[in-house]
Amino acid sequence: MRRLVTDTLVIAERNLERLRTAPDLLLAFTVQPVMFLLLFAFVFGGAIETPGFSYVDFLIPGIIVQNIAFGGFVTALGLNEDLSKGLIDRFRTLPMARSAVLAGRTLADVGTNLLSLLILLTTALIIGFSFDASVAEIVAGIGLMVLFGYAFSWVFALLGLLVSSPEAANSLGFIAVFPLTFISSAFVPVESMPGPIQWFAEINPFTIVVDALRALWLDAPAGNSVWAAVVWSLVILAVFAPLAVRRYRRAASR
Amino acid sequence: MTTTTEVPLTVSATGSRATLAAYGGEPAVSVSGLVKSFGEVRALDGVDLEAAPGTVLALLGPNGAGKTTAVRVLTTLLEPDAGTVRVTGLDVVGEAKELRKRIGLAGQNTAIDENLSGLKNLVMVGRLYGERRAAARRRGLELLEAFDLMDAANRPAKTYSGGMRRRLDLAAALVANPPVLFLDEPTTGLDPRSRLNLWETIETLVADGTTVLLTTQYLDEADRLADTIAVIDQGRVIADGTSDQLKDRCGGERLEVLLADGNEAQVAAGALATMSEEPPVTGEATVSLAVRGRDRTIVEAVRRLDQAGVSVHDIGLRRPTLDDVFLSLTGHVAEAIDDQEETA
Repeated sequence: MRRLVTDTLVIAERNLERLRTAPDLLLAFTVQPVMFLLLFAFVFGGAIETPGFSYVDFLIPGIIVQNIAFGGFVTALGLNEDLSKGLIDRFRTLPMARSAVLAGRTLADVGTNLLSLLILLTTALIIGFSFDASVAEIVAGIGLMVLFGYAFSWVFALLGLLVSSPEAANSLGFIAVFPLTFISSAFVPVESMPGPIQWFAEINPFTIVVDALRALWLDAPAGNSVWAAVVWSLVILAVFAPLAVRRYRRAASR
Repeated sequence: MTTTTEVPLTVSATGSRATLAAYGGEPAVSVSGLVKSFGEVRALDGVDLEAAPGTVLALLGPNGAGKTTAVRVLTTLLEPDAGTVRVTGLDVVGEAKELRKRIGLAGQNTAIDENLSGLKNLVMVGRLYGERRAAARRRGLELLEAFDLMDAANRPAKTYSGGMRRRLDLAAALVANPPVLFLDEPTTGLDPRSRLNLWETIETLVADGTTVLLTTQYLDEADRLADTIAVIDQGRVIADGTSDQLKDRCGGERLEVLLADGNEAQVAAGALATMSEEPPVTGEATVSLAVRGRDRTIVEAVRRLDQAGVSVHDIGLRRPTLDDVFLSLTGHVAEAIDDQEETA
């Protein structure tokens, strides 16, 4: 167990170190979310009706959830690269804890997610976002994002292990995440969508997580959204972590 | 990577290596009846191998012969379907965890993190062996020094040349000072000078007591480095022994004659034919034939050729090369027969 913890930390450190030495990758966590935020807020903002909120207030939780979901992307790219370059083979010949490769990878995502969260929130406050929440609720919102992001890292871990190249991981990831985030309450109220799409948007876990964040940070009516969001995150984690671990075992022993 | 530095690649021979050298009387590597299939493909079909401590065993064979699969089984990356595989007396399945502390692997791909510096790569590997950061750093610096990478220690590995990457990769395999080292086609793609350097490094390691199992497609590499050679083709060991033993197996020496005039090849072949049990092979101005024994062979040949009125540019006896061995064992040449990647 102690080995698992130290090995996981060594791998996580290695993956974070990568950000320092590959600044282009760092852009993905800093500039890209801010760009999305500004484009939505100022290009679409005027045209979208969000009863009860200013569009910026409405948008921020949505943008943050979208970014957090995408945050695990480096895990897909990195694992795929490690696999094709034989680094996974080296790890597997070392007397290290086997699960540390995936655990360290996804742990590093928590770090990068916190970084983008910090940058997004700062930008949000600058362009006029205002919390309607207690400190505890703000912290709870951040906690929910860390959990949700961590769960999604495992989705990307599986993706990275399944596909044949980093490019494939990239496009498949986009194909999966874009419709899920757009057909949700992230950017527009679901009431404005046509029937079948609205139906999908309402059951979409992204809607539930975004609504939960709005409930925590904007005092929006939540219903059971916050708990549902936690449960969804845990379910995603419970489904995808074992799948990724299984796939890792198989992918590595080709 | 140089043999000129004073820095030891391995810990002193009186250390763990010497005590491990016994392995309870077992060879450093012992494989019997190893079978491994991928779906319908039988990558290894009953392989037996053995390497004594401190020796080099070369697996020689073309692409797709099963060499890499064998290395992957030996380094605990793949589980065998059948057979017994033991390294330093430990079973690769049942005692994999313990075994991983005693082996190093440098594969066909350079398994390094390109975004990390050379030093950070080695420190990472050291820490994954359970070393503390300071100790891992010390060992990392020691290896960088030994492999002539000190100047590039803090540069990201992606800026390294091909030869430097290969050295860093080998250094990573040596972090824990393993008594058994596996090298999967260590010199493929290297320029001649880097190749020679790597050979010297391997020789240094072996002189210090390391057991090396390497795979290669190059006959000269096996010839130079290996104490024993196992020739592998289509998942089977088709011959094994020392380089000399293998050469003897393909029928001793050959007499080779280079003629002054290409048109006289048939005449020369006719004159020499009764010296061999097999018909002579004629080429463009050359005749070659298998002969038994060295004594007076050349004198006799020259006398016969002179009598036949054939003038000769050059004549000599040649020991068969491993190329000849491979050809006579498999019926095809050793060079990549097809472009098919190793199945594993």
